[in-house]
Amino acid sequence: MDITNISALKISEKIKSGEISIKEILDAYFRNIEKKDEQINAFITLDKENAYKQAEEIQNIINKGEFLSPLAGVPIAVKDNICTKGLKTTCASRILNNFIPTYDAEVISKIRKAGMIIMGKTNMDEFAMGSTSETSYFGPVKNPCDIKRAPGGSSGGSCAAVKALEAPIALGSDTGGSIRQPSSYCGVVGFKPTYGSVSRYGLIAYGSSLDQIGPIGKNVSDCAALFDIIAGKDIKDSTSVQLSDHDYLSSIKGSIKGLRIGLPIEYLEDGLQCDIRDSIYKAADVLKRIGASVEEFHLEMLDYAIAAYYIIASAEASSNLERFDGVKYGYRSKNFNGLHDMYKRTRSEGFGEEVKRRIMLGSFVLSSGYYDAYYLKALRVKALIKKAFNDAFSKFDIILAPASPMTAPFLGESLNDPIQMYLSDIYTVSVNLSGLPAISVPCGMDNNNLPIGVQMISDCYKEKLLLRTAYLYEKTAKEL
Amino acid sequence: MSAFIDNETIEYVGILAKLFLNENEKEQARIDIQKMLEYVDKLNEVNTDGIEPMSHVFPLNNVFRDDIVTNKDDREALLFNAPEKADGQFEVPKTVE
Repeated sequence: MDITNISALKISEKIKSGEISIKEILDAYFRNIEKKDEQINAFITLDKENAYKQAEEIQNIINKGEFLSPLAGVPIAVKDNICTKGLKTTCASRILNNFIPTYDAEVISKIRKAGMIIMGKTNMDEFAMGSTSETSYFGPVKNPCDIKRAPGGSSGGSCAAVKALEAPIALGSDTGGSIRQPSSYCGVVGFKPTYGSVSRYGLIAYGSSLDQIGPIGKNVSDCAALFDIIAGKDIKDSTSVQLSDHDYLSSIKGSIKGLRIGLPIEYLEDGLQCDIRDSIYKAADVLKRIGASVEEFHLEMLDYAIAAYYIIASAEASSNLERFDGVKYGYRSKNFNGLHDMYKRTRSEGFGEEVKRRIMLGSFVLSSGYYDAYYLKALRVKALIKKAFNDAFSKFDIILAPASPMTAPFLGESLNDPIQMYLSDIYTVSVNLSGLPAISVPCGMDNNNLPIGVQMISDCYKEKLLLRTAYLYEKTAKEL
Repeated sequence: MSAFIDNETIEYVGILAKLFLNENEKEQARIDIQKMLEYVDKLNEVNTDGIEPMSHVFPLNNVFRDDIVTNKDDREALLFNAPEKADGQFEVPKTVE
């Protein structure tokens, strides 16, 4: 039995039953990394020494009968924009290439308490700005399904690691689709929860009103189990909310009879690869078989989502990234003349092209004379996008959509035209603008044998319904 | 009609963003930002009269906590990643002439 080819929950079961040891699991995954990662480049930093130390500690605890959580003993890969105490955290940027956090992000404290073993930090687009994981200072990530192609972004490293069996499960972050889109390109499950349901303390900020951390895994159950561990209000994140619901893992079993599913017509029109369109309709059919009703409807504002998103995200990023100035941490330029020159040269040498582009756009739209016309306008459009979803959710429980208009592009082909790259986020950004939970589940392959993902979206705080729908879809589709 | 981005604007944006750009980079930035602004101009097609700008998706207001200090003296940790430090402080070029 290849122990890297089973789910995270099964791994934990086998550890608890004594069938395998945590050390054996780590050995197997690190062997896979050794074989494949030079090519795939999913990891920026591996933490073997500490992983084996943690393994010993957790093994002792489990041997005494204290099981900690349904994912205890399971190794996990963490996106490199999430702070891990004592373990380099770079955001795939030169400006943080030597940064070692002195504290754990809240989600890291939680996964440690749950007995999970941190293997290392995964590669990503620099500061989470990108849709292909090619803007990393540490080189691009390759798609394990076809190494000439990109894995999507910005959580490409986490998705590639899970697909390539380099890690059983991973954490990613999603600001405009950065968990869902690469999950669809790599053929894994990726889940972005309701805004505020997972603490952002220790997540290096890109767009603070949009960022959320979420699980990436082989199947829906694994993601539900990890969400159980990381969700919860945190007073250190004043935007975090207390969910009244919990125990998502046990609630995925059940029925979706009578569930009202909406198919937005605008999301299935021209510009969408036809085999993706076919897959979405097929996914709708599967859901009909298990008792859901499916209806097409008009979901407006799609045309304006990208423009609103890029103004808002860039504006917030330009503010969030001001802290990188060479003073307190990170890279500092070697040659400068005075303080302001030090700031400018440090940032110009430390940041990559895409990051600089977004910082400049953000600074411009927030500047005096343009603030109203661009930034406030975008925030008004955001209110209308949210309203469009609210109206939709008065009629439907779940909205079904593609995760991306296309499957994995070739490496290098997206970088020449930034706006073309931005448009690949068309189906995902509205979800972040509206704070909604959404999940991408593999639903087939295209004519080039590349994975396609179907995106399911629910209203805020309806994760139980969303995860149950995704789980039942996944189970039924497999049986057919 | 999107704002017209000239060299002066890029200089200004460079100052706001605290970035140093050479002539080639300035020209590329001018082209890129102009293109992006032309794209986002489509937001003007949307009638937003009477719509309040929505910065936060939920009606969260005034999230307060009691003003009680909960962390300890962390000087060592705070200085751990400093590019330059001296006498328990961050060292930087002269800030005031």
